Amino acid sequence: MQWQVLKKSLFEHKYIATKDLAMSLHIALNLERPILLEGDAGVGKTQVAKTLADIFDTELIRLQCYEGLDSAAAIYEWNYQRQLLAIRASVDTGSNLRDIEERIFSRSYLMERPLLRAIQQQKPPVLLIDEIDRADEEFEAFLLEILSEFQITIPEIGTISAISKPMVVLTANGTRTLSDALRRRCIYNFIPYPDRETELSILERQCPEIGVELATQIVSFVQSLRKEDLEKKPGIAEMLDWAAALSGLGINDITSDPEALQSSLVCLLKTQSDQYSIPTLVSQKLASGNS
Amino acid sequence: MAITRFLFRTSIQERIVGFSHHMRDNGVTTTPLEVHSTLRLLRLIDITNIEEVRLALKSVFTNNKESFVRFNELFDSYWLNDGKQRHDHKAIDPSNKKGNLSQNFPNLFEVNSSKGTGKTDVPDDEKDGETESSGEGKLIAAKIFNKTTTDMREFVLPEDENKAAEAARRIANAIRYRWSRRRKASKKGGILDMRRIMRKSISTGGEPLKLPRKRRPDLPMHLIGLVDVSGSMQPYARVFLSFMKGLISNDMRTDAFLFHTKLMCVSDALRDNNTLRAANRLSIMAKGFGGGTKIGASLHQFSDQFMGRIFGHKTVVIIMSDGYDSGSANVLEKALSRLKKSGCKIVWLNPLLGWKNYEPVSQSIKISLPYIDCFAPCNTLQSLADLENKLELL
Repeated sequence: MQWQVLKKSLFEHKYIATKDLAMSLHIALNLERPILLEGDAGVGKTQVAKTLADIFDTELIRLQCYEGLDSAAAIYEWNYQRQLLAIRASVDTGSNLRDIEERIFSRSYLMERPLLRAIQQQKPPVLLIDEIDRADEEFEAFLLEILSEFQITIPEIGTISAISKPMVVLTANGTRTLSDALRRRCIYNFIPYPDRETELSILERQCPEIGVELATQIVSFVQSLRKEDLEKKPGIAEMLDWAAALSGLGINDITSDPEALQSSLVCLLKTQSDQYSIPTLVSQKLASGNS
Repeated sequence: MAITRFLFRTSIQERIVGFSHHMRDNGVTTTPLEVHSTLRLLRLIDITNIEEVRLALKSVFTNNKESFVRFNELFDSYWLNDGKQRHDHKAIDPSNKKGNLSQNFPNLFEVNSSKGTGKTDVPDDEKDGETESSGEGKLIAAKIFNKTTTDMREFVLPEDENKAAEAARRIANAIRYRWSRRRKASKKGGILDMRRIMRKSISTGGEPLKLPRKRRPDLPMHLIGLVDVSGSMQPYARVFLSFMKGLISNDMRTDAFLFHTKLMCVSDALRDNNTLRAANRLSIMAKGFGGGTKIGASLHQFSDQFMGRIFGHKTVVIIMSDGYDSGSANVLEKALSRLKKSGCKIVWLNPLLGWKNYEPVSQSIKISLPYIDCFAPCNTLQSLADLENKLELL
């Protein structure tokens, strides 16, 4: 598949990708390397993985990272209850210790967690490792073996190699320093907030029922809102929520009803101080300045 | 066809290796893996289309936001006859977020274009609020010439500076060690270690008689140092940098930033063992020296870009500055309150605080005091050593 074709199929699945991103994905898929996506919250990093799963009609396996995530939650865990029962049962039948040990540390007593599951699929799935910068450095080290060799080593069993190589998408907010070792194994892309045209086409693609005029107003408003000094700048998801809210409220022109506009801003401004910093006057100015 | 800068023909492999070296010379980490990937991917794209090649190399050769933003310039300087060879590291500039992404294609063919050149960070020339480097307020312990209690401004000889740096590194090591002591297996841990229980219970016929326990290791403190390198701080800057270097050299959970009118992350540069390369990467200092300070704006930028990391972590932010701010005090207050809200501890080390008769009366300091957990002098090595006790109390 050429990168332009990939860009087009992303578009057909309602994801508007920049040239940069389409090329990075194209390369990552062809070289079978993971792709690391960085960017602010709400620019559509996670959506890339979901869209890829749609395009290739395959399973999306998601691993949400958090502080303290360990191999038991991410890779595998032994089924301790079954192991206990098995030991009791075998002792009653008088099997020897070595046999018991071999049995209870075999594949049938293993519970697969996302990473192990991802390399055990017949059809290559999309593996989304979300917000990798939330996990600690130790976990990053775990990932290295999986991402470069696509294999997992379990002390009791040995090394399990991938049946099919998953398409790996890692996302990060570009905040914590990820180790160079992890970075160099990945194809990298930084996703900025979309420019006006891109955002407009995203809105048109996602909410076709919204008229062109209102769509232009919405995008202009959100674009200029991002230039304001806010703690949490509105992402694409917020913009889409807001558009849906406006169309639900039956508003066709955001300059027409200042009160309604102001109250609908709860979709865009997610902290109290941000809400204070955009009073009605400012929102009116933003709305009228661009219409 | 674009005019490249090369005088003679050679193989694609050599060119790509050359490009890899070029990127490395400019501070972007590259390895043979990138070269190998590039050679593989060149089969996937139309290599006569310069923009496709640019996008493809960008995906492979960049590995963080800074290199991603700088890539187009580096690409041009290597492949096109643009008259540019080497670039300095630039400060993180939020207004430059989109970088050269929108650079349009036809421009690539202009042979002698000067685009992108001469973009240097010009610090503003406001001298307001700057301290005189030869102030009246003399240090307390200057009478006895003792390296641990002499004001660091006195260190001008290289060997003295080395000794100071070494001492600072030792102190920093001590602080870091205390924070990063980790325990994993614990007899008094709250969680049963099922894996070990299973192993042990086999020998007792499935009866889990021994119950080994485990506990999550203590989270080490995340230390972030912000060093003011404006004109007024110049005499201290080198020693503070050594202090920062000691702090972060072995631990991934620490970060160092320099600021004057802009903020720049120098963690990677300070971790660099190659002194010459590290010095090159720190070239922002030269650009900032003698200029004003915008503490508020710098802290704002810091919150914008690193808030996500601080949130939910045990974090100590150490600001090393004399508090002479040429920016607005309101901005500083807002930035500090925002930082404080994220739950981190703020330590402000002020070299002037160790001076006799110094009163924290400058507006920026007065405004910041309520937000600061620890306000301490740092003009002598002894005061840096005392810091350890103070940090313990936080």
